[in-house]
Parts: sequence; C-alpha cells; structure tokens
Amino acid sequence: MSDIKTICSIIAFAPLVGAILAGMGGRIIGRAGAHTVTIAGVGISCLLSIRLLMDLLATTATGEPVVYNETLYTWLESGGLTLQIGFLIDQLSATMMVVVTFVSLMVHVYTIGYMRDDPGYQRFFSYISLFTFAMLMLVMANNFVQLFFGWEGVGLVSYLLIGFWYTRDSAIFANMKAFLVNRVGDMGMVLGIAAVAYLFGSLDFATVFADPAAHSETTFQILNGEPWSAITVTCVLLFIGAMAKSAQFPLHVWLPDSMEGPTPISALIHAATMVTAGIFLLARTSPLFELSETALSFVMIIGAITALFMGFLGIVQNDIKRVIAYSTLSQLGYMTVALGASAYAAGIFHLTTHAFFKALLFLAAGSVIIAMHHEQDMRKMGGLRKYMPITYLTCLIGTLALVGFPGLAGFFSKDAIIEAVKYSELPGADFAYLAVLAGVFVTSLYSFRLLFLVFHGKERMDDHTREHLHETPLVVTGPLMALAVPSVVIGALAIEPMLFGNFFGDSIFVLPGHDVLQGLQSHWHGALQFALHGFTQIPFLLMLAGLAAAWVLYRQKPELPGLFTDKLAWLHRVLLNKYYLDDFNQTVFAGGLRGIGQFFWRIGDVALIDGLLVNGSARAVGAFAGVLRHIQTGYLYHYAFAMMIGLMVLMSMLWFVIQ
Amino acid sequence: MNAYPLLSLAIWLPIIGGALVLLSGGENRLQLSRSLSLVISVATLLITLPLYQGFDSSTAAMQFQEIHPWIERFSVTYHLGIDGLSLPLILLTSFISVLVVVSSWANIATRVSEYLGAVLIMEGMMIGVFAALDAVLFYVFWEAMLIPMFLIIGIWGGPNRVYATIKFFLYTFLGSVLLLVALIYLYRQSGSFSLLDFHQVALDAEVQTLLFFAFLAAFAVKIPMWPVHTWLPDAHVEAPTGGSVILAAIMLKMGGYGFLRFNLPIVPDASQQWAGLMIGLSLIAVVYVGAVALVQKDMKKLIAYSSISHMGFVTLGIFLFSAHGLEGGMAQMVSHGFISAAMFLCVGVIYDRMHTRQIGDYGGVVNTMPVFAALMMFFVMANSGLPGTSGFIGEFLVILAAFDNSFWVALTVATSLVLGAAYNLWMYRRVIFGAVANDAVAALTDLNGRERFVLGVLAIAVLGLGVLPNPLFEIMHASVEALLDHVSKGKL
Repeated sequence: MSDIKTICSIIAFAPLVGAILAGMGGRIIGRAGAHTVTIAGVGISCLLSIRLLMDLLATTATGEPVVYNETLYTWLESGGLTLQIGFLIDQLSATMMVVVTFVSLMVHVYTIGYMRDDPGYQRFFSYISLFTFAMLMLVMANNFVQLFFGWEGVGLVSYLLIGFWYTRDSAIFANMKAFLVNRVGDMGMVLGIAAVAYLFGSLDFATVFADPAAHSETTFQILNGEPWSAITVTCVLLFIGAMAKSAQFPLHVWLPDSMEGPTPISALIHAATMVTAGIFLLARTSPLFELSETALSFVMIIGAITALFMGFLGIVQNDIKRVIAYSTLSQLGYMTVALGASAYAAGIFHLTTHAFFKALLFLAAGSVIIAMHHEQDMRKMGGLRKYMPITYLTCLIGTLALVGFPGLAGFFSKDAIIEAVKYSELPGADFAYLAVLAGVFVTSLYSFRLLFLVFHGKERMDDHTREHLHETPLVVTGPLMALAVPSVVIGALAIEPMLFGNFFGDSIFVLPGHDVLQGLQSHWHGALQFALHGFTQIPFLLMLAGLAAAWVLYRQKPELPGLFTDKLAWLHRVLLNKYYLDDFNQTVFAGGLRGIGQFFWRIGDVALIDGLLVNGSARAVGAFAGVLRHIQTGYLYHYAFAMMIGLMVLMSMLWFVIQ
Repeated sequence: MNAYPLLSLAIWLPIIGGALVLLSGGENRLQLSRSLSLVISVATLLITLPLYQGFDSSTAAMQFQEIHPWIERFSVTYHLGIDGLSLPLILLTSFISVLVVVSSWANIATRVSEYLGAVLIMEGMMIGVFAALDAVLFYVFWEAMLIPMFLIIGIWGGPNRVYATIKFFLYTFLGSVLLLVALIYLYRQSGSFSLLDFHQVALDAEVQTLLFFAFLAAFAVKIPMWPVHTWLPDAHVEAPTGGSVILAAIMLKMGGYGFLRFNLPIVPDASQQWAGLMIGLSLIAVVYVGAVALVQKDMKKLIAYSSISHMGFVTLGIFLFSAHGLEGGMAQMVSHGFISAAMFLCVGVIYDRMHTRQIGDYGGVVNTMPVFAALMMFFVMANSGLPGTSGFIGEFLVILAAFDNSFWVALTVATSLVLGAAYNLWMYRRVIFGAVANDAVAALTDLNGRERFVLGVLAIAVLGLGVLPNPLFEIMHASVEALLDHVSKGKL
C-alpha cells in the first residue's frame, strides 16, 4: 500500500474540507454544490477506509497482524509529556472507520431528500461532514488527547445539530442539556486521562498499553483509609466519560431529548456512530480494563440496568423517534454489558450490526415522517404499509434484525452477548444475564408495537394527510435499501472472523481468565448451525412472546393497553415520567447550581465583600473623616489657639524631662 | 545584545505616538487620529515580531537586554530584558492593541484622539511592565498604567463609571502600595533595584512571608483572586468595549506575571509554604466565581466573572510548582487574552447596535446576524475549553498538574468543565438562539467588514494556538525549568 500517512490524512481531512467549503462557501456553491462537495469528501473517506480494512485483513490472514502507528506532528511538549497528533490504524479502528464513513455516506445521500425544503440546507451538510471528521479523529487517534479532541468535536456538532432548528424552544433546551450532561461525563474522562498521564507518563496508546500490568499494584490514596487500586480508579473515571457519550444510566437523560434534531442526525449521530464512541473507548482501553475486575463489574451492571430499564420506557412512548431512541439506549446497554464481560469483540460486533439496522430504522422513521408531513405521533399513523411498501419492507427487516430474529444481523450479535454474559464469572454477571434475557422480550414488544402502530391496522391520520400519502423519493429509499443489505447479512458474515477468528488481531486485549468468548467458541459449528440452533433457544422464545404480546395488544385487542394504563396507572406514570430522573436533575442539579450561584453572588460578593468590606471601609473612612472635619473649621483663631495649647504641652513635657 | 533597542522601541513608540495622536486631535481631523493610531499600533506589533524570531529558546537568561544608568544615587537603572515568561505576554499586548485600535474606530464617537492616545500610551506602559527588570522602572510603569485606564473608564464609560473607576483605582492602588514597601525593603537588602539581584538575595523565612503577602496584595488584586475580585465586574460593566478588552486580555495577566516574576523567584520558600492557601483560593475562584457567573443577567458581568474563574486556573497552575502547571498557567493567560478579547468584542458588537448588555433584552439574534452567531458560537466554545481551541490547553495541563498534587484538587478544578459550559451556553442560548425576541433584534444588521476582520483574526488566533500550541511552549521551557529549579532550591 502506498504512503499510509497520506491515505489516513485524506480519510480524516476530506470530510473537513467538505465541511469548510459547504459551511463558509455555502452561499457561493449553492445547495447542489454543498451536497456534492460533502458527499465527495465522505465518499472518498469511505472508499479508502474500506480499502484500508481489506488490506489489513489480508495481511492479518497471511501472518503477523499489521498495525500502522503514524505521527503527524508534535502538538505539545510539556514537563516530560510529549503529545502528538497521529493515527493508530488497526483492525479495531479500521472497522469503526468503515462503519462511520459508510453510515455517514448513506445519511448524506438521504439528507438530500429529507432536508430538501429546509433553508439551512448547506449548514446541515457542513455540520454532518464536520461530524464525520471529528468522529474519524476520535477512532483513528493514537493517543488519549486526540481521542478527546474528537470526543468533544462530535459533542459540539451534536449540540449544533440537536439545536439545528434553533427557533424551537424544545430544541435549544435539548441541545444545551445534551452538552451539559456530556460535560459531566467529560469531567470523568479528563480526570481519567490525567490519571493515565500520572501513572504512565505518557498518553500515547502504544506506550500506555505496552505494559499496564506494571501498575496493577499501584494505589491512590483518595479517602483516608483503604488505598484504591490506581487502575480501577482510572478505568472508572474513563468509563464515566463513556457513560455520558454512550448514554448509560444515569447519564442517559440527554439522548431521548436529542430527537429534537432532524432525523438524519438521529440516525447518524444518536444511533449509529457518536453514541458508540464510549463503547469504542472501552474496547480501545481494554488492556487497562482487563486489569480491574471491579471496574468491569461496574461496567457490566451499569450496562445491564441501561439495557433493561431503558427498554421499558420504549414501550410507553408515542413519538416514533423516541421509541427508537429508547431502543438505542437499551442496545447500547447490551454493548456495555458485553464490554463488562470482557467480550469486547462481541460489543464491537453488536456496535457494527446495530449501526446498520438502527440507522436503517431511524431513516425509515424519517421516511414515514416525511410522508406524514412531519407528524411523529404514532397514534395518528396506521396502515402505512400499502402506501409505502419499500419503507415498510426495509423497516420490517430492520425490526427483525433488532429483535434478533435468527439469521439476521442482530441475532448473531445479541445472542453472542447473551451467551458471553452467561460464561462470565464476575460479580453482577447473574443480574446482567437476567437483564439481557428479559431485555429480549422488551425489545421485541416495543419494536413490534411500533411496526403495528405505524404500518398496520386502522389509518388514523386526517384525510388531507392520507390523500397525499405516497412512497418517498429514491434519495430517501435508496439509502434504506442500501442499509437493509448489511442489516441482513453482516451478522452471518462477520460473526466467525470477529468473535472467533483473528479479525481484531492485537487491537483488543483479553486476559485468558476473562475470555468468555472461548466458552462460546467451544460450541461453535458455523453461522448456519448457530442460526438454526437459535430457533430452539430461550431468547427466540422470548422474542416470540414479545411479538405475540404486541400482536394481541396492538392488533387484536387495541382496547387492552388502555385497560393496563388504567389499572397500573402509577407504573404508567413512572414510565411516562422516565423514572422522574429529568425532574430530579432539573430540580436538584440545575436548580441547585443556580441557587448556589445566587447565594454566592448575593451573599458573598454583593453583601459581604462589597457591602461590608469594600463599601463598608469606604463608609468607615468617610465617617472618620466626618469626625476629623469638625476640627478643621477654617477659622484662624481656632488653629492659633490649638497651636498655643500644643506649645504649652510640649514645653511642660520638656520641663519635666529636664527635671 | 541586539543591534536595535527593540524593547525600548516597543515601549516608547506607542507612548510617544500616543502623545502625537493626542496632539492631532480635533473634531475635523478624526480620520487623521484614527489612521495615525493604527499605523503606530501596527508598527509596534512589527517591532515585537523580531523579538520572537531572534529569541533563543534554549536559555533561561534574559535576552534583548538594555541597561543604562538612570538614578545612580539609588542604583536605579533603566534595565529591560525578556525571557520565556515575558515574551508571550509582550506579543499578546502588541497584538491585542492593534485590534483594540481597529475596533475603536467606530464605537467611540467622542474625543476620539484622546481615547486612541490613551490606548497607545497604555500599550507602551504595559509592554514596559513585562520588559522591566529594574524594580523602580517596573513600579513606574505598573502605576502609570492605571492612569490611562482610569481615564478610559471614567470618560468613555457607562452611567455608573465614577463608582467603578474609584473602586478600580483604590483596589489596585492599595495593593500596589504594599508592593512598593516590599521593593524598597529588597533594595535595602540587596543594594540595588535590579530584579535579578532580588532573585538572588538571601532572605529568612519570616521576611519571606511578609514579602510574600506584600506581593500577594498587589498581584491578587490585579489578576484578580477571590476575595479581592469585586472591582473587576464593576470596571468591565462601565468600561467601553476597548477598555474591557485591554483590561481582560492584558491587564489581568500582569497579576499572573507578577507571581512568576516576584513571588516565586524572590520568596521561593514562602511561596511553597503558602501554596496551600493559594491553591484553596484558586479553587474557590474556579467554583464559586463560576457559579456566580451562572446567575448574571448582564453579559459583561458574566464574562468578567468568567475571566476571574479562568484566572483561577492560572494561579492554581503557578502554585502547583510543576512544569505542566506553570506552562499551563502561561498558556491559559495567552489563550484567555484572545478569548476574553473576543468575548468582549462580541458583546460590544451587539451593544453598539442595541445599547443594552442585559441578556433578557436579546433573543433570536441568530435570525438576523448569522455570521456573528457563528463566530460567537466559536468563542463561547473556546471559552468553555473545547479541545482544538486555545482554551483547552491551559485548563488541560493545569488539571494534569492538579492530579499530580491531589485527586480532590483535580476533581474540584475539573468542575469548571461543567460550570464553564453551563454559563457560556446558557448565555448563548438566551441571547442568540430562539425566535426573534423583539423589534430591536429584528432590525439588527450582521457584522460589517471591520468587525468581521477583528473577530476573524481572533478566531484564527484561538484556533491556531489550539491546533499548534508547541511554538508557544518551546519559548517557555527553559525559563520555566530554571524557575522551578530556583524554587526547589529555595533561599534558606
């Protein structure tokens, strides 16, 4: 392969160039110009990424896995720490690059149709290309600082895109919330990076991961008493960053609100790519996490809570995009559980399959939203199947992939996770296993609920909308069809190399004692066998149960859900209010912070420092001067009299001294 | 030694030029005053550039030195020189001054020549502060600089300007008096007024403590540290845009510079002894003042509090006594020079159009001023410390340094990631986003060419330093290393 550094630079910077051209020259190059340059940029990145991945896999197959570690320039040197900008291209990053650029390319094309009438057309293309650049910087980084640059970069673009329709109050509330919640995670992330720098004296991946075990006995004295394992503290801090970005409980609150943004970015950023950055981070730092079972347990439990309890919330949502958003939360929980069980490969595998079918589901939802004239309430839909056959079929494929129908993409990745958790011996694995199993039922229930409410049953929209219902144009359905293909086949194709082969080479590190996929491999007889076997397993039965429940509730007896919400009103209220977490945060954190600010300002600055000390001393000086002023009368005879008195006093003192 | 006395030129050209601008005044010669001041400020910038090019970053010794006898009876000399700590601040001063002159072209309507003259004279004096190596010379510049600032706020300021100027003057003046006492004491001890002699003179622990607090009084007010910070929000609110820019971008940095040039090298043992106090006050600045910024209703007050919070990183970095901390603190000062200047200029842009600084009077500005909204978004993000902008470097390095010191210090200072984003974005949301709030906003016009130029140049500076910070750090390494070495050896 020709100069790898040049190729990597082109991959990373082509979308940036597109973003700058579309953003700054948007008025000059026009709408067509904007989507042409950005699609060209992302297209180049996508093709080169695929070629890079194929090259890597080819060399891996022939022998020693190749890793490209290229330095572009020295960003900063300070106090013995050298921070460089560069690329680390191994199988892990190459996989992510392909996923990111491919989904991004699809979303770019789709946007031509979705945003056709929007006045912010060029701005939108500029943002999504900028996003692609930042995401590539994140996954291609060969050090923590550059990763953090990409991390914050995608956060910034996410902020801009959630608030894309900036005149809507709900949008500009949601984007600020997203940024601030992510900043809470970033606090953990930055401290985690500081801990890495402190322990290893470097932030370069290759140096840090060379021999992390050397620090497995190092401790931090954080509270008086027991010392804490330095590696555990570092990992938990890094994971707090991942929790915000990958929307894990309790830092997930921003993701459902992020649906205020246009649908293409819900697919690109809030389903397929950015939210998986946390998953990627943990896979990338697997050499550290492997050294701390405490941290892994923590990761697994948080993931399990997210997988199950966010799924519940998806059942009661009526906004089509919010259902998918909660589904995304739940699936991110699955990936996190996999990471906690040391099945990093399974986590990345699920990330990959999920990227395709969840992007597909979001774009299908967007297609429905276009057809419905930007109506998102599923209660006003129904029976769309016959008006939008392509959207329906692709959405069905996406749904089947998501619920894990044997043979489709999601089946392989989700079952691999469930099996992996079964073999895990870490504390909390039993809970996680139950949670991911129960999650299968929940996933199936909310997914088919969506499908039935939108595409089947009575047509509940108004007449005007119904008359104009028709399938969306090819720029919209094209990406749907293009994404449907990997949603079907990618699981069957990739499971063997990714989980059991040498696909990831040395890019992921697993301690022999943690290798749960080993257990899975011992029963492995090929993808077809695995799929067939899947029909007899508990997850499949749970999936069927979910399907049946959805069928009964939303097709056969549509009056039943109403009965449930009446009987279990308290539960329904808790779910509708998202476990009251938003209210809690709003009151305690947002309100509390403002209260503290007011207190410090009114009491500290205004009353105490300025009122008492500054103006107080000014007043004291004033009062003192007021007293003194009485002496300075300006009458000459007063002064002469005072002088005489003084002279007399001095002379008598002198007299006494001489005596 | 260099063939040309570059430092003297950089100091006296703007001072003498400023006097000329003053003389050029007259209502019918506005254009002359403006052009003349622009030429002088650009010329000063060009004079300071060779300082960077000719600077030898391998040594901590003073460079471009100029020594002439001045008051021989007290061995006072006219002694100038720079090292890696002062050079970045001198470049910052000459760079920002050009932008201040350009930005003042339109928004100062009365007594234009006097205003521009004051700006230029102040520029020369500020460079003088950073270049002076003689205590008397330093003190003269340090105090004289207050006069033009006092006038700028007092004459071109807002309605409450008299209270603000008196507060500003008394606060800073009271601090400086103790500095003078300390300098005279050091003269008695060392027999000269040379700062370099002060660095070497032996001092016992008690004297060091007294001197430490005398210096602290001067520099803590200037930078400013909690609890002597309340003059700054008032001064900013009343100051005209250009005055705010100079105040935030350059004058605050003199406090940080003072700590580096006086406290650390002259009283190293006391500095270490009282580091706990300084760390505590810095953390209060970051958290307390950050929280206060959150509830401000006046944009300039908000940015003023944000400045104080950011300066908390500087003092924290300095008193952690590590290369990360010191260099991070320096980087934070330079970066804050760019970002705070840009933030105040942004407020100035909309203040010139709507004549209000109240956040509540705005809303939906993006609808009528999209270019401005985009640029301000960038600066707001830089002010929140986004990686890729200069705002990130200093904060990041100081957090690294804090982690070496203690987990809790690092955790506390890292809360600024949330606090900073909160006050910045909340202000941005209320001012820029949303539907058009009122007729005044609906009538706004987007940036003109001059405003685009000024904000554009600053955006390039913020981005450039954020992406390529290493040249700045290369300048500092030798001086920082020497300073840390000096502090660790102590004087006891």
